[in-house]
Amino acid sequence: MKRQIPLILCFLFGVVMLFTQFSPHSFSQGIYKEVLNWARIITTFALIFSTITLIQTHVTRIQRQTEHWRYSFIVFIGIAIMVLIGIPFGPQHPWFEWLFNNVQLPMDATMFSLLAFFIASAAYRAFRARNVEASLLLITAVIVMLGNVPIGDLFWNTLVSLTPLDDSVVNGSSWMKQWILDNPNLSARRGIILGVSLGVISQSIRIILGIERSYLGGGD
Amino acid sequence: MTNNRKFIFMVACLLIFLCGTYAFSQEPTTIPPTNVTAKDTPNDDGSSITITWDAAPDDSGITGYKVLRNTDAGEFEEIGSQLKPTATQYKDSDIEKGKTHAYILRAITADAVSDSQQTDAVRATSQWFHTGKTQLFIAMLLLSAAILGSIYLSRGNQNVFVRRIPGLEAVDEAIGRATEMGRSILYVLGLGGVSGPATIASMTILGQVARRTADYETTLRVPCNDPIVLNVVREMVKASYLDEGRPDAYSEEDIFFLTDSQFAYAAGVDGMMLREKPAAIFLQGTFYAESLILAETGNSIGAIQIAGTDSEHQLPFLITACDYTLIGEELYAASAYLSKEPMQLGSLRGQDWGKVLIFLTIVSGVLLELFGVNWITTFLQRVS
Repeated sequence: MKRQIPLILCFLFGVVMLFTQFSPHSFSQGIYKEVLNWARIITTFALIFSTITLIQTHVTRIQRQTEHWRYSFIVFIGIAIMVLIGIPFGPQHPWFEWLFNNVQLPMDATMFSLLAFFIASAAYRAFRARNVEASLLLITAVIVMLGNVPIGDLFWNTLVSLTPLDDSVVNGSSWMKQWILDNPNLSARRGIILGVSLGVISQSIRIILGIERSYLGGGD
Repeated sequence: MTNNRKFIFMVACLLIFLCGTYAFSQEPTTIPPTNVTAKDTPNDDGSSITITWDAAPDDSGITGYKVLRNTDAGEFEEIGSQLKPTATQYKDSDIEKGKTHAYILRAITADAVSDSQQTDAVRATSQWFHTGKTQLFIAMLLLSAAILGSIYLSRGNQNVFVRRIPGLEAVDEAIGRATEMGRSILYVLGLGGVSGPATIASMTILGQVARRTADYETTLRVPCNDPIVLNVVREMVKASYLDEGRPDAYSEEDIFFLTDSQFAYAAGVDGMMLREKPAAIFLQGTFYAESLILAETGNSIGAIQIAGTDSEHQLPFLITACDYTLIGEELYAASAYLSKEPMQLGSLRGQDWGKVLIFLTIVSGVLLELFGVNWITTFLQRVS
């Protein structure tokens, strides 16, 4: 019964929620909204539980004095400040907004900006022309990169002006970039999306019918 | 002033007076809106009525429209704010369910108003089926039938062939490597919520990974960014350890909530990678811009990395930085592939039949288009 009840619930909710996607009737939409409300209630309680686990994790780190354990105090200071300002005064309070705009946003931006360096290092590895496929990737990447910056077309047009070709081939760099993005790139992406969609349908059927039950914790 | 001049002056004044009197005596004329009809909005829950009318001519001078409504043949009252002069439709979503409503459309010019004729009284009704989604429903039925049929045919068949997926073959290798090195395994579920298909797929892989780590007594660390995912994952991993008869090896502290902020999560996971230097890293689920930050950091510490996502924009990053990557549908096939259960494997074969169906539809559509027949193209456009 411990496994069967969740499986029955999963089947019922799966079928009902599928029905609500194709039925605009007030009855089915009412069910849909009700289930969403349940999800919100569960999320609220889960968030409280998660905050407790976060505190427990850092308390344990301080107790055991694991590596960099002193940083756990910063977590507690951060939580305390945001809670003491956020709960009594609300998120629209100037102090809360100041902390958000001047502490959290810059830190987020710092992490995001690291992406530029990681892209450079990853591109260096990916574009090394070790074989035919990697060489093709390199050539394609150079065309797309040049097509994305004004100097690409400037370079192309300068080259064209030195040849007897007419004006119909100007801005070829950005044209080639767009062609690559609109044809081979888009085709590959659509292929992946079709595969993903079929995978989602397949997984949903397995879960609704109880064939896939590892989300319950493994065996029967 | 001479008499002649006086006479001309008086005639001019008289003319000006008469012209002014005539001008002010004329009522400004505005053409009332035409073809005003009210109909129950199709494919909704019976909570709205749509009013349509013909577009006014460009030189009509109309500056806007107001809608007037009555309920059960009562008094007409203005509803909503003034509409633009280019509007030809208004959806009244503030009706009283079960009652009839009639409408009058009022055209407004700079100095006058003009009302249309009253529409027929309409009662809004709910529809049980969204006719605009018929094509999508048929496509879903066909694809589901292919998968269900394949599952049915695979019952009890122990020899269902599934092509080799290197990323999943490497799962045991990665766990074994971590065990030999005496280091932990880091499992990242991405930023998706518990309702995300990729997160569910990731959790099923985690269940299989947890069974093996329970066997090998290897530490499995799972930082979560969604509170509900955290609770589900804890239960799943705990059950996997119980199933393997190793409840003592399960450590709840190793599955914890980090943060729900995208880049704070990336920073936290990066910190764990650099401090703990896990031997194997699984990046499975939904990822956004943080994918490369995580994968490159994992690469820099020399961990074996197995990634999988359905976010097609992040796939190139993961393919570049990780040792193995499950591309799109492979992520959803992982649970079936690892469990080797015939019925689950049958669903993978059903996916392939679905692909054949899509392929045949595309080829038929192209061939028919060449002969000027476009109903397949129209059908597919409606599906999308």
